[in-house]
Amino acid sequence: MKTFQYERPADADTAVALLADAPTGAYLGGGTNLVDLMKLGVAAPDLLVDVSRLPFDAVEETGTGGLRIGAAVRNSTLAVHPLVRERYPVLSQALLSGASTQLRNAATVGGNLLQRTRCPYFQDVGKPCNKRRPGTGCPAREGAHRDLAVLGASEHCVATNPSDMAVALAALDAIVDVASGHGPRRVPLTDLHRLPGDAPDRDTTLRHGELITAVELPPPMPGARSAYRKARDRASYAFALASVGAVLQVREGLVHHVRVAFGALAAKPWRARTAEEALLGEPATTASFDDAVRHELAAARPLRDNGYKVPLARRMAVSMLTELAAASAGGTP
Amino acid sequence: MTTLPRVTGEAVARIEARDKVTGAASYAADHPLDGLTHAWPVTATVARGDITAVDDSEALRDPAVLAVLTHANAPRLADAGDPMVAVLRSPHVAHHGQIVALAVAETLEAARAAAGAVRVTYDEQPHDVVLTADRPGLYTPDEVNAGHPADRRRGDFDAAYAASEITVDAVYEVTPLHNHPMEPHAATAVWDGDALTVFDSNQGSTVVRSTLAALFEVDEADVRVVSEHVGGGFGSKGTPRPHVALAALAAKAVGRPVRLALPRNRIAAVTGHRAPTIQRVRLGADADGHIDALAHETVTQTSTLTEFVEQASVSSRMMYASPHSLTTHRVARLDVPSPSWMRAPGECPGMFALESAMDELASACGLDPVELRIRNEPPVEPDSGRPFSSRHLVDCLREGARRFGWHDRDPRPAVGRDGPLLIGSGVAASTYPVWVFPSHAEAYAGSDGRYEVRVNATDIGTGARTVLTQIAADALGVPLDLVRVSIGRGDLPAGSVAGGSSGTASWGWPVHKACTDLRQRVSDAGGHVPDGGLFVRADTEQEAGGGTEYSRHAFGAQFAEVQVDTVTGEVRVRRMLGVFAAGHILNPRTARSQFIGGMTMGLGMALTEGSFLDPEFGDFTERDLASYHVAACADVPEIDVHWIDEDDPHLNPMGSKGIGEIGIVGAAAALANAVHHATGMRVRRLPIHPDTILLGL
Ligand SMILES: Cc1cc2nc3c(=O)[nH]c(=O)nc-3n(C[C@H](O)[C@H](O)[C@H](O)COP(=O)(O)OP(=O)(O)OC[C@H]3O[C@@H](n4cnc5c(N)ncnc54)[C@H](O)[C@@H]3O)c2cc1C
Ligand code: SF4
Repeated sequence: MKTFQYERPADADTAVALLADAPTGAYLGGGTNLVDLMKLGVAAPDLLVDVSRLPFDAVEETGTGGLRIGAAVRNSTLAVHPLVRERYPVLSQALLSGASTQLRNAATVGGNLLQRTRCPYFQDVGKPCNKRRPGTGCPAREGAHRDLAVLGASEHCVATNPSDMAVALAALDAIVDVASGHGPRRVPLTDLHRLPGDAPDRDTTLRHGELITAVELPPPMPGARSAYRKARDRASYAFALASVGAVLQVREGLVHHVRVAFGALAAKPWRARTAEEALLGEPATTASFDDAVRHELAAARPLRDNGYKVPLARRMAVSMLTELAAASAGGTP
Repeated sequence: MTTLPRVTGEAVARIEARDKVTGAASYAADHPLDGLTHAWPVTATVARGDITAVDDSEALRDPAVLAVLTHANAPRLADAGDPMVAVLRSPHVAHHGQIVALAVAETLEAARAAAGAVRVTYDEQPHDVVLTADRPGLYTPDEVNAGHPADRRRGDFDAAYAASEITVDAVYEVTPLHNHPMEPHAATAVWDGDALTVFDSNQGSTVVRSTLAALFEVDEADVRVVSEHVGGGFGSKGTPRPHVALAALAAKAVGRPVRLALPRNRIAAVTGHRAPTIQRVRLGADADGHIDALAHETVTQTSTLTEFVEQASVSSRMMYASPHSLTTHRVARLDVPSPSWMRAPGECPGMFALESAMDELASACGLDPVELRIRNEPPVEPDSGRPFSSRHLVDCLREGARRFGWHDRDPRPAVGRDGPLLIGSGVAASTYPVWVFPSHAEAYAGSDGRYEVRVNATDIGTGARTVLTQIAADALGVPLDLVRVSIGRGDLPAGSVAGGSSGTASWGWPVHKACTDLRQRVSDAGGHVPDGGLFVRADTEQEAGGGTEYSRHAFGAQFAEVQVDTVTGEVRVRRMLGVFAAGHILNPRTARSQFIGGMTMGLGMALTEGSFLDPEFGDFTERDLASYHVAACADVPEIDVHWIDEDDPHLNPMGSKGIGEIGIVGAAAALANAVHHATGMRVRRLPIHPDTILLGL
């Protein structure tokens, strides 16, 4: 039988030290993804360092009016936190659209960020997959890829990142706090995940043993509106076909600040920087939103069965920005 | 003797409800046994080929591992005539996911790890798994599921169709679907010498028992099968499936009790699926919508192991008056997992096609779809000329239309709007045949005034135990709580399978007979049961074994309202309503659950469920409940169910028709027709996922 060690350290330093000495160990959050992958034989850590009960379980206001979210905060706790609901609706909505109540009760912020792709080949050790076993090939390109990437993919991998929460965090310019033996560092959320290129086995820019301790949100833009929307095959308990998180601030009819992030289109939450740049200072109208989003999605390279994602993402983004603009104008919170 | 109020027809709560919600009810993998061991399957990673070597050395290194069984070393099973249970007999691999070895160990974890460490080498052969309507190798089977002829011709379809004023010619497709009962296929087996006991999850332990006896060449009397509680089957446990043969085989091999619960992600390949169908329907009618010509031609697949032909064209033989008719089935034998029964095989996919085509015909004729169906009501069963024992489709349609508010709607497509949502409604008819199979029962009266009834029925969650108790109590003329009905054990008087919506009729009949007889005996004894009690046996080999001069079917009408999101293409259901005519309803509480459950499963088929057969691997892509989308609570709106009580003397003493399957039949068509009404778009391929809508808007 495959056995593994289980440790539940009391503080981050011990956790980091434990994993620094275990090249094939892993941190354990709520276990809702990692334990599944262990059962499937996809992951086989010999040491689990349980970080779900480290003292990173608070949601606190920062000195600058932002929010600091501990990595061990449960997804359900975060979703209903009054400050999140009031100031960052996009985040609350994204969390509530993910998984099920039971899963959200167990899932942690750190684990959610590092959950792995749902690509069916990745989850089946009986099949080739470059992400699971580099060099074996990518059957998804010709096979089942209706759910997979249209942006930023490579010939080696077309997987998507499945997290809803990460899309909201990308739209909020979140910063991820990381601890390691080399001291702490801060990684912008949009730099945390990486595109596959020729190394699809590496989902993120984290090095082995780096521990996510918190996620920090900058203060909300005054008067800005935000929202999250997810399209899916069934009304709940399904991963996104495409999703969009957006933050919009309109001044005198012009776009003053805008953030748009797409989910389920790429191996990372896709910040629509091209669209954002195009929109700055433009009239907050459906026509300019549509133009900008089309511009952004021109980079899409769909496969046989996932081309629908492009119009889907566009319609969702345009209608959301239009609604946010209307809400700004109307003054409804 | 005083007469008690009848309890059949009353909303009696499930007898075992408390046991189920408290966890006291034991399912197949719940039975603790001394020395219990655990098994885990190793499954083929090729779709076709032969095993050339099995390396189990790494797996066996763990002392907790007792055995790795393969075709090369497992005790050889005799031929029981059913390829589904002919496990570990041959090195040949007929489909991806076929069980090629079984690891047995002291713990579940060790068994799983051992299975993962077994290295199987194959001589892989090219496979053929893609079904198309024009592929080579399609053949006409001798018969289709349920014993129907593959082809039927009446009149001259071609001439009548060519001469028709209005025609519809369309192809409808249903992807493979999986039953996925909540309880996985599981069995716990233990041998005592030549005597075998299995706790098994199935829909009929009488057949499990005879099959195991044949496989192991032992006396049926020495095989005990216990299936007291079963967590759903939907057809996928209708006959013995590999798990039970494997558990018994492994128990024999290791000389210890063995438990095997198939992991969810192996179920899709080895327990059956609803075969995909490609169905061409042609309707030829006059301008008033009277159908003159009807053709329903189905192309489907089976495996190289078994021939199972989804009889999708069969309901078109009896639904509507159609003087000229052509109904056919063609099959491709592919290197795919074996298809099998799934709730309303044949009727369910077939009526999706026919009832969608009826909606298209209604549009083409400018007729209300309810009215179109009423106009085509046949006086007798078109195919056989037999009279219907009872047929209240028209009443269901009218009653449903009234309750739904059908006639208040604007019939034009794509006009209903609520902001970004398009709103539409649809209707479809449903039907399901009346099946009844011979069964046996015993009834015993104790001198303490209590009664015991024994019949090998299976309660797969339907409420069978409860309804049989109601039938027995009424036939005995005693209160419900004096009657105990024992079911779910292979050594009880033989009962037929819980399938084909036949259970209540098939088991209830001999129960009724035995209890009626027993009541007479008690009365003959002066109302006093002597010490030692009174005992009678009954069977329905005569009554249920023969044919009938009537065409017997249940009917129903399904109405649905949907909203289609123009931004995302998501279709969500606002409400559904079903009105059914299925004989006497014996327990409105459990019956309502059956109808609602069927309609919900139809909703899933229409909108969320579907399995993709991966051409490269010959494997289903959706193998867990995260990716195989059974409708979630949020998908299921208010579902309103009503019925028309039928007095049909040509059925059985209870006057009942089956209700387990009819709820799924027609639901998908009603929803697809509603999508058409909402959007003006005709979707002929299920499921109706957002991408289909989005690309069509
Ligand atoms: C059926 C199902 C449906 C789902 N649907 C959705 C959905 O619709 N949307 C969605 O967004 N998600 C969905 N999920 C995924 C779910 O959100 C994730 O499984 C969950 O967020 C992971 O969190 P966890 O704490 O359980 O992580 P774990 O499983 O414990 O860990 C995941 C990964 O993160 C690493 N890790 C954990 N904590 C840290 C840390 N502090 N620092 C560094 N590394 C760490 C682990 O080593 C592991 O690699 C679904 C999951 C399931 C099973
Ligand atoms: S898309 Fe990526 S994860 Fe999926 S099979 Fe290809 S390499 Fe593996």
